[in-house]
Amino acid sequence: MATPAPNVPYTNGPASEQISNIRQTLLMMASLANRNLALGMRALIERDEKLAASVEAEDSQIDELEVTIDELVINHMATHAPVATDCRFMLVASKISSDLERIADQATAIARRSIELNKEPLLKPLIDIPRMAEIAEGMLRDSITALIDRKPELAQEIVKRDKEVDAINKQLARELTCFMLEDPTTITRALNLTIVARCLERVADHCKNIAEEVYYLYHAVDIRHERAP
Amino acid sequence: MSINPDATIMDEPTRAAQVDKPVSSHTAAASLSAAEKSTRLNSPTVIDIENVDFHYGANKALHGIHFPIREKLVTAFIGPSGCGKSTLLRCLNRMNDLIDGTRVSAGSIKISGVDIYHPSVDVIELRKRVGMVFQKSNPFPKSVYENVVYGLRLQGVNDKVRLDEAVERSLRGAALWEEVRDRLHTSALGLSGGQQQRLCIARAIAVEPEIILMDEPCSALDPIATVKVEELIHQLKQNYTIVIVTHNMQQAGRCSDITAFFYMGRLIEIDATEKIFTNPSQKQTEDYISGRFG
Repeated sequence: MATPAPNVPYTNGPASEQISNIRQTLLMMASLANRNLALGMRALIERDEKLAASVEAEDSQIDELEVTIDELVINHMATHAPVATDCRFMLVASKISSDLERIADQATAIARRSIELNKEPLLKPLIDIPRMAEIAEGMLRDSITALIDRKPELAQEIVKRDKEVDAINKQLARELTCFMLEDPTTITRALNLTIVARCLERVADHCKNIAEEVYYLYHAVDIRHERAP
Repeated sequence: MSINPDATIMDEPTRAAQVDKPVSSHTAAASLSAAEKSTRLNSPTVIDIENVDFHYGANKALHGIHFPIREKLVTAFIGPSGCGKSTLLRCLNRMNDLIDGTRVSAGSIKISGVDIYHPSVDVIELRKRVGMVFQKSNPFPKSVYENVVYGLRLQGVNDKVRLDEAVERSLRGAALWEEVRDRLHTSALGLSGGQQQRLCIARAIAVEPEIILMDEPCSALDPIATVKVEELIHQLKQNYTIVIVTHNMQQAGRCSDITAFFYMGRLIEIDATEKIFTNPSQKQTEDYISGRFG
């Protein structure tokens, strides 16, 4: 389609309410996932165990929202048989909620690793990991903006940023391997940092998925697996 | 009714360009390859609707309708009430001739290359080639058998063997034979609503038409009878070209290969049904099929 079609109905019927409800729940979930990711990173950087524990505690709320979205989607599909953009929105809402839930899981994993890392002195100054986190958080924010503001072109740009995160992850993995080879006492810390980096790389992957889903929602074109739009 | 002011109705050249291009490779038959789908959806044209205007007295009901209807496919006409879809359907076998003050005021409708509004065309012969099934089943107050052979008797066929063959063939074709074979000579009015509608389909195919027009054939039927008629439509398209008017979006999605969306007497969009229901080109189409207006 030339112009992205909005999936906000003009009418105020039950279909409109249900779609609106799904959008709101998705937005709330995205906001919580984004917050948990930021708090997980803060817990790591500031070596704050209390903060790390709070991230873990809040994860269940995001899990609940994922289930809620799937219930809302299945109810809407069963009762309203949506077509075109509305139909794509149902598919995409379910997929995005799954991606957001996994992003929150990665935030929890980062928080857990930060508790482990706090038990020993810092292996090296944290430079690359915060950089990865900054890109990943930006990708998450922008992918949700692309969804809410109906900007599929922004989604294409997000997909490109994933490669940047992949490259930092690879570089960091090499560097941490060197640490472990040179000094076996660094193994635990290096492995924990490797896991944190991998978590952020996974977050970026999920953001890329969301961006691709948003593109599909508004253009009905599947750009996954490097298919040209 | 709320309409997006930005939505545009295709202008004539755009519309002509759209209908002349091959229909994209979408079909309900998921098992077909893309090439097979494309070939099927671009089967030969049976009905050429060319720039048709239609008037009810001074009121213009159709504006420059222009598209082909292809052989052995199901083409669905959708659109809000009063959009002209039934009017166009009834133009295809000149049923509108029965209403005073109506006329095709511009353009032409050709079936197999022959202008059906040419004075030399025999309307009775035309309606034999282009059968019709109506919204409300309308069996005659006669036996099941006599209902089926009615058209043949009008044509002067009285040979019992031929009529018997036609009854069985038509009732089998309408997926009704097994249900009525033991009561062919009882009143058709004793059949259920769904059976009566399938009897009307049997009556329509008894005279071996090339094209069957269906005007909301399931709107008075329960869901089970609807499924049977829809299955029947799927079988019938092996041998007939079918044009169906429906208000039921899901039915259009399930039954048809091509869907045409009309609004206020104009053709807004025509494309493969799969395309119309997943990614229509026109915003107005999307708004209508999504239930946002109409």
